[in-house]
Amino acid sequence: MKSLAQLKVWRGAPPEEGHYEQYEVPFESGNSVLDGLRYIRSHFDRTLALRFACINANACKECMVMVDGKTVYGCTTRLEAREMRIEPLRNKDWIRDVVSEIGPPDERLPEV
Amino acid sequence: MRNLETDVLVVGAGGAGMYAAVEAARLGSRVILADRGLIGRSGATVMAQMTVAAAMGEPADDSVEAHLADTLKAGRGLCEPDLSRLLCEEGLECVREMDTWGVGWARAEGHLTPVMAPGHDRPRCVYVDFLNTGPAVSRTLRTQVIRSPLVQRVGDLCITDLVVHEGRCAGAVGVHLPTGEAVTIVAGAVVLACGGLTRLYARNSASSNMGGDAYALALRAGAPLIDMEFVQFFPIGHLAPRMIGMDPIMWDPFRYKLGGRLLNGLKEEFTHRYGTEDGGRYTITRDQATYAIYKEVEAGRGSPHGGAWLSFEHLPAEQLRAAFGPVVDRLAKNGIDLAKTPIEVAPIAHYHMGGVAVDTRMATAVPGLFVGGEAVGGANGANRLSGNAITEAFAFGRRAGASAAEAVTALAASAVADPAASAARIEQVRAQAQRLIEATLTPGTLPAEANTAAAIDELQVIMSRKVGPFRTEAGLREGLEGVRALAQRFHAAPSFAPGAFDPVWLDWFDLRNMTLVAETVAVAALERTESRGAHQREDHPGLDPDWTLHLESRLAGPTDAVALVQSQVNPQIALARVPVNAGAAA
Repeated sequence: MKSLAQLKVWRGAPPEEGHYEQYEVPFESGNSVLDGLRYIRSHFDRTLALRFACINANACKECMVMVDGKTVYGCTTRLEAREMRIEPLRNKDWIRDVVSEIGPPDERLPEV
Repeated sequence: MRNLETDVLVVGAGGAGMYAAVEAARLGSRVILADRGLIGRSGATVMAQMTVAAAMGEPADDSVEAHLADTLKAGRGLCEPDLSRLLCEEGLECVREMDTWGVGWARAEGHLTPVMAPGHDRPRCVYVDFLNTGPAVSRTLRTQVIRSPLVQRVGDLCITDLVVHEGRCAGAVGVHLPTGEAVTIVAGAVVLACGGLTRLYARNSASSNMGGDAYALALRAGAPLIDMEFVQFFPIGHLAPRMIGMDPIMWDPFRYKLGGRLLNGLKEEFTHRYGTEDGGRYTITRDQATYAIYKEVEAGRGSPHGGAWLSFEHLPAEQLRAAFGPVVDRLAKNGIDLAKTPIEVAPIAHYHMGGVAVDTRMATAVPGLFVGGEAVGGANGANRLSGNAITEAFAFGRRAGASAAEAVTALAASAVADPAASAARIEQVRAQAQRLIEATLTPGTLPAEANTAAAIDELQVIMSRKVGPFRTEAGLREGLEGVRALAQRFHAAPSFAPGAFDPVWLDWFDLRNMTLVAETVAVAALERTESRGAHQREDHPGLDPDWTLHLESRLAGPTDAVALVQSQVNPQIALARVPVNAGAAA
């Protein structure tokens, strides 16, 4: 049985200010927020930037986002049949859409 | 454009890549350890919750020879014995070295507690509790990498092509994901340690970074691959109910430890119908179990979601708690109570036996190019023995790192002899790399409505349906046609310059590699008209002794990197038949 989640997703990239875009994502019980974001890419807008590697093992820790103002892993947070607000991390540099700079400073491409 | 220079470039920071970096640095090389994700969190190693096979010989006797015999037996006649021996021998040394680095292999009463795993003649598989082997291994190696001052770690760097200069691999080019900026790396030697190809399939147990990058990079650089038709499907991957935050292949050790029962849709035991004895001892190999489940589903006796039931209902809750520990709570969060309900499992793409052809130094056909880990072909033949993947990551990673350092030392000696020639060479490599990356990142004519993310989904469906665990000539031809059509549709590059964390460009790079690697799998699977290990042809049942040979794949046509990038047609694969044990004979 499919339900619908209203995902309100932060879009844009610096130097823009950014804005929300709304997507209606069908889901089955147990689907994750990351599943929902991947669904948006395949079905509505391929330009939505995401970061994740392991998809659902919660091993890579790359899919950290804010859902309704709380920092969570996208892969372990479940979709619900309501509006869910998805934003990049507040305490990290914003890169694009819901992607933040989460690499440890000494594991980034060195500055020139 | 950012221009870097190093002695050894290691591509991929999972178990093999980190071990390679540590080893090359230990031998005095400056290393750049690059990964398209986060260092030590990308790839397959960190996701491995299970076990590591090594003949540690405690508490009971064991030997490298016994481990090797089991590895060769599982490989169905296609193992390169020298590589398998290296896996068992050097892998054992590495498992001991990891112990001294504090990985924390499970112990009781002062000794290791290795477990039995399918296909082994005795308990041989060490692990870290609970379901923590991969994370513990990754953390331990990352600590060693951090302690190596000669290693520079660079995450979020996606390597897109290798640079071959005067017949020698001399570096790589790529894209720095957070900025979309082009990067060139001049290197004395390159180690490819970026894993296998399981992402080609819709249901897989590895990360989204395992789309065959190592194979595609090697092919375009002119290094042949072998055994590409052998994709291992893990028989009891989690199917339903939806479970998140857990490794989909986590059921194996519990099935072994507790004797979980595999049942068909009618709740009957069935594996014995396929010529295998299960009988609670759980010695059925992966290819046999995959076949049994597939056949039950085909006969209309599958579980509701199209797999089999795995049941622990016959066990008391206390025993489940004792065996699963805190995992019981993680399962409860997913709404799963094993004492009350069975779960559904089905075969899931798990590992790839084939890979880049190497000698025992992990050297490819291209001087300066080395390979480690799952990307290596030949050690596991037609079917990998359970527990050998992490062992192989260690052994082949360490060996590749050592060989790369050795190659760099030889290069440095010639640089000392003729510094002017060396400086000129570096300038030439740099210029070539810049031409290559400029050609690669030039916007193309991909229509705006072409959805690159949906195309990857489409490729995964084609591969699962037509080039999955059970194959026919008609199906493989359809699959090949589908892969080629998709590659052609997405041949032209995106029509805009790459931006920060550009998902369309990243998809496009992935599609370029995934369609090429999918083609090599399908072409080889079509050619091999027998059934052996993980390659099962419904129209050619049974193993044919005449097929005890490798299929080697290489690119037909231009191998100049810039010409390949600018080409308007899909690259084609040329196959050759190569005898087993060619490495030992050479």
